[in-house]
Amino acid sequence: MRDLSPAEMKVFGQIEGLFRDICLKWGYQEVRTPTIESLHLFTSTGTLTPGMLGKVYSFLDWDGWSGERVVLRPDGTIPVARFYIDSMADKGLAKLFYITNTFIFEETGKENREKWQSGAELIGVKSVTADVELVILALEVLQSLGIEGVELRLSHAGIIRALLTRLGLSAEEQATLFDQILEGNTRALARLKPGDGGQKEALTLLLERKEKSTRFLREVKALSPELERPLNNLIKAAELLEALGYDYLIDIASGRGFEYYTGVIFQLSVGNKKIGGGGRYDALIPLMGGKDVPASGFALYLNQLMKLLKPKTELKTSGRKILIRAKADLPEILTEGFKLAKSLHGAGYSAEIQLGDEAPADLRWTIEIQDKAPRFRLTDRAKKKHFSAPSSAEIQQLLDKESE
Amino acid sequence: MSIKIALPKGRLLAETARRLQLADLGLAGYYPKTRLYRLTSERYPDLFAKIFHEKDIPIQVAVGNYDLGICGLDWVEELLAKYPSSALVKISNLGYGEGGLYMMTSRAGGAPTLKDAPAKMNTIRIASEYPNLAEAFALSNRLRRFSVFPLWGGAEVYPPENAEMALVSRRKGEPLSNDLVPLSELMGFSAFLIANQASWEEKDLSEITSAIERAVLPPLEEETPAVASTGTPVPYPVGDTVRLAIPDGHQQPPTRQLLDKAGIQVDDYPSASGNRRPTTSLGGVSIKVIRPQDMPLQVANGNFDLAITGRDWLREHRYQFPSSPAVELLDLKSGRVKIVAVVSQDLPVNDSRDLRQLSNGGESGLRVASEYVNIADKYARDNHLGRYRVVPTWGASEAFLPEDADLLIENTETGQTLARHKLKIIDNLFESTACLIGRKDSARSKKGEKIKAIREILRDAVEEDK
Repeated sequence: MRDLSPAEMKVFGQIEGLFRDICLKWGYQEVRTPTIESLHLFTSTGTLTPGMLGKVYSFLDWDGWSGERVVLRPDGTIPVARFYIDSMADKGLAKLFYITNTFIFEETGKENREKWQSGAELIGVKSVTADVELVILALEVLQSLGIEGVELRLSHAGIIRALLTRLGLSAEEQATLFDQILEGNTRALARLKPGDGGQKEALTLLLERKEKSTRFLREVKALSPELERPLNNLIKAAELLEALGYDYLIDIASGRGFEYYTGVIFQLSVGNKKIGGGGRYDALIPLMGGKDVPASGFALYLNQLMKLLKPKTELKTSGRKILIRAKADLPEILTEGFKLAKSLHGAGYSAEIQLGDEAPADLRWTIEIQDKAPRFRLTDRAKKKHFSAPSSAEIQQLLDKESE
Repeated sequence: MSIKIALPKGRLLAETARRLQLADLGLAGYYPKTRLYRLTSERYPDLFAKIFHEKDIPIQVAVGNYDLGICGLDWVEELLAKYPSSALVKISNLGYGEGGLYMMTSRAGGAPTLKDAPAKMNTIRIASEYPNLAEAFALSNRLRRFSVFPLWGGAEVYPPENAEMALVSRRKGEPLSNDLVPLSELMGFSAFLIANQASWEEKDLSEITSAIERAVLPPLEEETPAVASTGTPVPYPVGDTVRLAIPDGHQQPPTRQLLDKAGIQVDDYPSASGNRRPTTSLGGVSIKVIRPQDMPLQVANGNFDLAITGRDWLREHRYQFPSSPAVELLDLKSGRVKIVAVVSQDLPVNDSRDLRQLSNGGESGLRVASEYVNIADKYARDNHLGRYRVVPTWGASEAFLPEDADLLIENTETGQTLARHKLKIIDNLFESTACLIGRKDSARSKKGEKIKAIREILRDAVEEDK
């Protein structure tokens, strides 16, 4: 777990603000779910891999005598899906977004165990258009933040699954292998015996290829009739993005980390750092006990994004910031000071009372309040000029005039 | 350079003692039924040994209190299942004390097979002395919804009424109980020599470790244990059968006495054959024998209606779960002990205020050892002990002071054992006696009348004493 300093929070707030603005413009609504959820929410879906579940922060709550554990939210999407089932299931379509922290143990201590992400979920629509909207939304946020060199990788969970069914494995072995592939262990395939009709080789080859166009996917279609639908799906999404002028890389092995994806998966990275990803997860809501509602979504990883952004440079002396200094520790002087601060805030200034000895360096104006006449003294530190006035109203007028 | 080794009590003691004797480490005083906890070597002046409950050994070695330890691999894996980055090195398999861990289910219960378990929406209850391995098992087998009952013992008696599965250990050659069928074998185990990671890298332990490794003997001719029968599972208690839990271990004689006085006939208790399901003359009551430590949790979650346990264990439970429905229904007034805070006689500490100063002065924080983790934690909080950590122990807690803990929260009858270990009592927490516990709302349940009647019978028996 790690602190976010004022400087980091400035960047964080910038990302958060932009993300919220853009989601709202696209018609998404914000939700916030609790930090503590029931562990069974995450186990019952069979959607987090056992490897991931072994790293959640689970514990017995103060009323946990039943032996069932609770967990610090390890994932952003499942709680939103739970919220949808609990509170919005009758609405049909829901476009939701969130900004939240997630908790996953990380052994080396080098990575943060509390991670922040901002994500959007589009629930109730089953179309490639919905998937593409999410990709574009994510890219719009990144573009608005000025992040350069973003790489978009596309995959499809259905392709991996279809090929696995052709390997002649039991359902259990398939699930294990799928987990391993999703956990990034493509070498797991190499341990398999060669299957009939070169399925294993085809899958290995497919997992290793990274292509800038969909052309090679058409060649793969012949391998298996079950591949036709997922391939067509992926091709359609890719072509739509291409028509809109977005570059992408088809990389079937990129869909790692979560098991709940059923359709198009996309991953966003800069250099070798993953900064976001998402995909279609049509089976999740029914698995959690909801109706048969399709959904897709994505998340951006704020800890990674923050490293790519610098705080916006600010003017050294801000014209709108005022420091109020009480020259005597008297009740009437302090009362004047707080009243003046409030009045300046109302007029659109930033005004703070000086506490302690050091004055902030980036201030242009100070107003001193004295216990003798003239009561108020305004200093323009940029122009090195002084003004005096007997009342707070008059000093504010002077400030308005001088700071124009 | 001193070398510290943690040696096991219990199942591995006899064989380990034989090996150490052959290895000629000069650790006299390590033999079955020894009353010593601390051993020094005549041969290696720098070697120091302490005897622990086996389950404590991997923890003591991982935290660096001991350089070496000998214990079953099952307890090592139990620690690693939850804390994979523990600073432990498995040095060698000593090849004795072999056994296996099995996930069992009852023949009688129509319990789920592993294949259909994940598909069931109902919560699967797993009882075990190995809660971490049980949880890892549930996760890797993708049980959709499960709860784990961490137990002090007697897991095999829980299925089918009180748990769908039990993770139990069996020694090699020991037949699986005839009521239980294994769903899966989790692991085989045997005695292992383990080391602390840092000690292994920085200290020269080779003389000791190779002496132990070389000391190979033909295994002891052990009697093949009889088929362990935990008794015949009664048909799943339905309707208004009152489920009563009575204690195993040293609480058995006083409980037997009480039951006799109350005129409650219970056959085969205490049981020589390990039967945990004695029959009773009380109509509409089914009885199981389990650990008193495990009872409050089992009453809280509705597995039992009544239980005879100690107030200490009820408090321990209620401090962990303040809103638990398990409450005391009747003071049975036997087995009186005091729960006390204890330090070494060498410490300049005479009360909780001194303790606070000690805790605030130290850099690494106060180490509080106890079998009562939650009572110890609350005591530390209530007394503002600043930085502290609670070291859970599984018995022989008084041996932890002064090397491996600074403060001990322990029960005592007369204080004599504590004095013999050069310990002194600095605070009295509360007095504990045996008590009958049940659920807060039990009077209103449909078993209410029967529960009340049993309580009356026991109360009369207790009053008779006066």
